[in-house]
Amino acid sequence: MHPILGYPRRLGLYLFAWLILSELLFYVVTFHSGVGWFESAAFFFPLCILYGFVCLSAWYSCRGIPIEGTSFSGLVFPHLLAAIIVSIFWLVLAKAMARILSNFPRFQGLDQRIAGDFRLLPAIGVLLYLLVVALFYVLLAQEASREAEQRESKARVLARDAELRALKAQVNPHFLFNSLHSISALTSSDPKRAREMCIALADFLRATLGLGEKTLIPLQEELSLIHSFLAVEKIRFGTRLQMEENVDQQVLDCMVPPLILQPLIENAVAHGIANLTEGGWIRLHAGYLEKNSSVRIEVENTFDPEAPARRKSGVGLANVRQRLDTRYGNNARFSVEKNGELFHVGLVLPAERRAVMA
Amino acid sequence: MTQSGSKLRAVIVDDEDLARQVIRELLGEHSEIEIIAECANGFEAVKAVTELKPDLLFLDIQMPKLDGFEVLELIGTNMAIVFATAYDQHALRAFEVHAVDYLLKPFGAERFEQALNRAKQRIGGKLPPAAALKASTRAAGEYAERVVVRDGTRVHIIPVTKLDYAEAQDDYVALASEGKKHLKQQTISSMESSLDPDRFLRIHRSYVVNLERVTKIEPFGKDTHLAILSDGTRLPVSRSGYGRLRAVLDAKT
Repeated sequence: MHPILGYPRRLGLYLFAWLILSELLFYVVTFHSGVGWFESAAFFFPLCILYGFVCLSAWYSCRGIPIEGTSFSGLVFPHLLAAIIVSIFWLVLAKAMARILSNFPRFQGLDQRIAGDFRLLPAIGVLLYLLVVALFYVLLAQEASREAEQRESKARVLARDAELRALKAQVNPHFLFNSLHSISALTSSDPKRAREMCIALADFLRATLGLGEKTLIPLQEELSLIHSFLAVEKIRFGTRLQMEENVDQQVLDCMVPPLILQPLIENAVAHGIANLTEGGWIRLHAGYLEKNSSVRIEVENTFDPEAPARRKSGVGLANVRQRLDTRYGNNARFSVEKNGELFHVGLVLPAERRAVMA
Repeated sequence: MTQSGSKLRAVIVDDEDLARQVIRELLGEHSEIEIIAECANGFEAVKAVTELKPDLLFLDIQMPKLDGFEVLELIGTNMAIVFATAYDQHALRAFEVHAVDYLLKPFGAERFEQALNRAKQRIGGKLPPAAALKASTRAAGEYAERVVVRDGTRVHIIPVTKLDYAEAQDDYVALASEGKKHLKQQTISSMESSLDPDRFLRIHRSYVVNLERVTKIEPFGKDTHLAILSDGTRLPVSRSGYGRLRAVLDAKT
């Protein structure tokens, strides 16, 4: 949309400015030559307003030649050329108008009397045209900055949405249904373990429920969430599930986005352990990297490379990657490797302690 | 098929011990049903069902080795099948393969009785012919990543990337992979439709070929051609097959 023609208010202001200009020309001319004020007005007002409209076409050349990425000469020459052509056109127009007006008795001989002032017109025309070009560049810059702002705020909203969606997607309903099914099996055969499993499941759910509002939690809290998750899965899978954990004490109070590791463990169970007839193991390692003061976390598990494909595989990992991306950008790293029967996920995030966050 | 008096013979397939326990317990109320095997994965299930030929099969879907649908593809559906799973998104597919019922975990005694009654009706009446069910064991819009083949009680899994070509042989298809041929009871057309058309092409009434394997096409007699595969195998190409093959190969270069 044209930034002036498209808005009546702007167009009014713009034409008003041209009226003032025509006023100026009119004064200069009436003073110097023997042209009456009425003749002068009748001649200059329409001429200037018309030229004002002609200059509006500069918008299209301005949009076509962006200031950024165009050399100085590439910027100046086209506009200068356009200015010269347009002002020559203006001059021709002025002459024609003067001649036409001369035909009326009231303006007799106007073309001769005013001819001396025509020398001024091309210079003024070029100047005015270039002024309009400058105006358009200002408008373009303004529009670009507004767009950038909008884009940024939209990106922020999207990122928050993605984060919320990710959080909601984390507690897998199938995990719940399968666990409830196991509990229902235990109620008759082993009521004591049924109760244990109920409690473990409740612990896990309670822990995840509280996380909605938090953007960061201590790693320790995430680990205890994983422990209650695994307590449930251990009852389901029995000896098929072996867990090994090796966590450096000095990273326990580092802050991490909530539910950033749990999906990795859940993945390891659903795509690793659950596909292995004889079961397998999950290894969780967390340590501190001195040289760039970051936390390194690794989750490794055995899996069956020939297992039937599960429809949702990869969604959990993509979620974790996306959340790390929105939160840390280039400051976090995330890697997924398959090596024979080993599945390895590694992530490195900046070590932020609670004190920094408060 | 019902031997040992009039008892119904059932097999339970689920990788989770506790899940099998639920069904075992619920079947405990029914003296007319005998559990003849419990399996913890797809391979075991295929072996048990081919050897024991049960009347009734309780089948989980997500299991190690083979999923429930792959198991059915290999053993046919000549028995009453009751799916038991925590996933509701497979229900449509389950009924496409003529399952008797689809139990969502967790389920209770009442729901289980319903499924059992339907199974008994099915066993008492007529079972649908197994042949009609082939190839519907895949979700719509998705192509097979692997093909499962049964050889007696043994199961071979062929990833489609390792499948060179498929050849029709009466009611069977012969699947050529890594220098070996595996026979599977399936029509070449249904095999063709299960494979990704970007990777596999029907070049002849009897042949579907893995496009990556085709190295050369040579004229052979009037109207026909030969496709030469990377291992030197020569497959006949029909006239219409040649048109399709040319179009695909030209589009790639």
